[in-house]
This record gives sequence, structure tokens and C-alpha cells, in this order.
Amino acid sequence: MTDVTCGTAPTQKTVSDAPVTEATNCARAPIGLLAELTHRCPLQCPYCSNPVELERANTELSTADWQSVMRQAAQLGILQIHLSGGEPTARPDLEDIVATAAEVGLYTNLITAGVLLNKARLEKLRDLGLDHVQLSIQDVDPENAQRISAYKGGAEKKHEVAKWVRELDMPLTINAPLHRANIDSLPRIIDYAVEVGAGRLEVAHIQYYAWALKNRAALMPTREAFMKTVEIVDEAKERLKGILVIDFVVPDYYAKYPKPCMGGWGRGIMNVTPSGRVLPCHAAESLPGLEFDNVRDRPLAEIWLQGQAFQKFRGTDWMKEPCRSCPRKEIDFGGCRCQAFALTGDAANTDPACSLSPLHKDWAEVAARESHQNAPEFVYRRMGKTPPQPAKPTVDAE
Amino acid sequence: MTEVTKPSRLIVAPESRLKMPRHIKLRHDEGRNKWLILAPERVFEPDDISVEVLKLCDGERTVSDIAEKLAADYQAPADVILTDITAMLQELADKGVLKS
Repeated sequence: MTDVTCGTAPTQKTVSDAPVTEATNCARAPIGLLAELTHRCPLQCPYCSNPVELERANTELSTADWQSVMRQAAQLGILQIHLSGGEPTARPDLEDIVATAAEVGLYTNLITAGVLLNKARLEKLRDLGLDHVQLSIQDVDPENAQRISAYKGGAEKKHEVAKWVRELDMPLTINAPLHRANIDSLPRIIDYAVEVGAGRLEVAHIQYYAWALKNRAALMPTREAFMKTVEIVDEAKERLKGILVIDFVVPDYYAKYPKPCMGGWGRGIMNVTPSGRVLPCHAAESLPGLEFDNVRDRPLAEIWLQGQAFQKFRGTDWMKEPCRSCPRKEIDFGGCRCQAFALTGDAANTDPACSLSPLHKDWAEVAARESHQNAPEFVYRRMGKTPPQPAKPTVDAE
Repeated sequence: MTEVTKPSRLIVAPESRLKMPRHIKLRHDEGRNKWLILAPERVFEPDDISVEVLKLCDGERTVSDIAEKLAADYQAPADVILTDITAMLQELADKGVLKS
């Protein structure tokens, strides 16, 4: 049995599909689509995966547009839809979108912060065909969760949501992004996932793009703290076999090899932004020279197969050394294009997460230095003006 | 954190009556011409034998019943089949694909 994951975490692998075409550079049917229904969110987590330039409510796709995306996705061979945001439940038409997705046979996954939900709505979504709920938590400690998300009472509300999900007999994933400000809570986060009846726990160390890159010094754990999380997760996986599946994503500043970002560019996953732009990964807009098609203008299948942005880094032909001759090139696909660009200025360079990158050493030193300094204040994710650069490190009050 | 009633691991035994929970979807994908198991943020590709066994996991038949049926269908020793499918079903149960 091949264990293939198709979620949104950058480490996940893609299914080995039959080619859908011979004409394009190794394009196959995608298995997952991340639908960012809106960038609106009541939480302001400083590591949000949304771009720094958030899309406004008045640019969002209509209900009919999203329903069309769902139908086209199913036709294209997509198996799973990840309804995300921002906060997807901020859209009052989430029910219509879920209903259409379920109708055309897509496996529907709601990725939510939970705080806008009530039980009746959740029950309605379940009855319309919602298959799975992934609930994020910022920490098990309510005060710290509030500090991280800049949202009052979030932990208590999320606890209720988790309870409702299980009362409604729906499968639950707890998603706990891990970083310097909550890393010591990991054992309690694992206990919490078991206690609320989650079948799966995603413990993902923060990936440093967009908002998280701005907040890197406030979020980067020390290598020692990171290594401890590896031990804790290994032990818990063994102890909780058959009870809780734990997916663990390591911070690539401390990795030896890069992640196969999105399972390879344009290989298994596509992302549709609130305004309908179709991206090979949720951070791809940070790259220069890419043209992003919009579902309002072009069929989804055509975008996937022929879209300039998808073709640009699909396969391995675009690679430079050391990737080009590397035996791992079809394992990690050179890592993350966005990180390569952000840190080297050229998106076709090896991701500095790779130990073969000439920048890797400097980069690990940045992580070591920042993680040992006092943590600066968070720059919270906010709609509107571009946030200021991270504040100068200040003395931690604690 | 207070101690609460903890969920336990499902151990597959000959008398287990297994089935797929509602949120696990075994389906044949026409485009790919493959059987797939859709699960929360996972897609599994079961092999032909797994597909056949999973189709028999209806919550009524025991694992023994399934082994006997396969033994008859394929004229193979039931005890060998029982051992094999128990291991396979345990693996699937640990992935959350089956419940009792």
C-alpha cells in the first residue's frame, strides 16, 4: 500500500498518477486543490501563510465562481478540496460551496480557526457532505494562544468547536503550528489532541515565508528546542499508534535536505486565491516573472496544463547546479522556489534549506543567532497597509 | 491535564467485525484507473487484495469469515490467509481506515 498524502503541508507527497497529457512538461492530474475562499480572518497570527498583501473582500470570487471551480476540479481529476482562507467560515456561502463539492464527489476538508462556527452550522455542513475538519490551535495555554493570535477567548471557543466536531461524529485534525513562543507546550498539545478525540495531529514547525519571515526572530526556536520536539513526536507516535496519527513538519533552517515543496511544483496541488488567481503554491505570488491565470478568464484544466506559472518550474529541466545533477532532484525537487528567491534573489537556485546550497551555512547561523536573542514583538497579520519591518529586538518582559 | 477515558488502539483479531467509518471513501477512480482510499488529508492506493478485503469489511463479517471466504474463492489455506489479512487490516486500522 502506498501511503500518499495530499494535504497542504509542504512536505507531503503526491500520488503517482497516470499522465493526463503527453504534451506538457510532466503534468499529471492534480490530487488536491487549496481553495482560499477569503483572506478575511478574525485571528492575526504572525506566521499566517497568506501573502503579506492580502486580497480584499470586494475582489473575492462569487458563490457561482467557486461552484464552477469545484466542478472543474472534479473533472480535472482532483480528489480533495481543502477549504481554507483566511477563515473560510467568514463566507456565508460556505454551505453552497461544500454542497457543490460533495455533489461532484470531491473529498471536502475544512481548514478553520473555528471561532466563527456554531454547532448548528457545523451540523448543516456535515449534512451537506463535509468530510473532515482541521481545527487550528495556537497553544493549549489560553493566555499564550491569545497573545499569538491577538484574539480574545480563542482557545475556549476552539475547545467547544472540537467537542462539536466529535459529537457530530466527524473526523477531526488538530493543527498546531509550532514555534519559539509555544514549543514548550508540545507534550500538552499532543495530550490535548487525544483528549478532544482527534484522529490526526499536525505539528508543523513554522515555514518562514511571508508573514513568518517578517517574524522570524520572534518565532525561530533554538536547535536544541527543535531537537527535543523530534524526540517528543517520535515517542508519541509509537505510544499513540492506532489512536492518533501525527504528521510532523520540521523547520527547514535545521534540516539537511529541503522539503519537496508542494510535492513538486505543478505536480499534485494547486491553489486558488480569494480573487481567483491560480497558483502552484500559496506563496508563489512572491516570485517575479510569473503570470498567474484567473479562473474567471481561463478553464482550470488549461491553467494547470499550460499556465505559464505552472510550467515555469514543473519537472526538473529548469534546474541549475547543484540540483541538476543531484540524485535527489526528483525526491525534493530543489526545495522551495519562494524560499530560494527570498534568500538568494534567484528562484531557480537551490533552496538554502539544502546542505548543498552555498548559502546553507550562513543561513543556519542566522537561525542560531536569532533564536538565541531576545524575541522581538510580533508583527501581526493585518489587512490593509504593508506591515512595518520587524521591530528592533527588545528585552523580553518575562 | 486531567486523566480522561482514553481512546485505545483497535487490535485486529479473528473475531473482529470491521468496517470503514463514514468519512473513509473507497472508490475506483476512472481517470486514473485505480482504486483509491480517500481519508482526511490522505489518499491511499490500496493493492488489489486490500480492495477485495476492504469490500468485505461490512461490520457483519468477522475477519475469520473473510479469511474463509477468500480461502474458498482462491483455494488457499485459510490459516495463511487469516494471518496475512490480519496484518494488513491492522495496518489499515492504525491509519484510521477501519473501525470495529
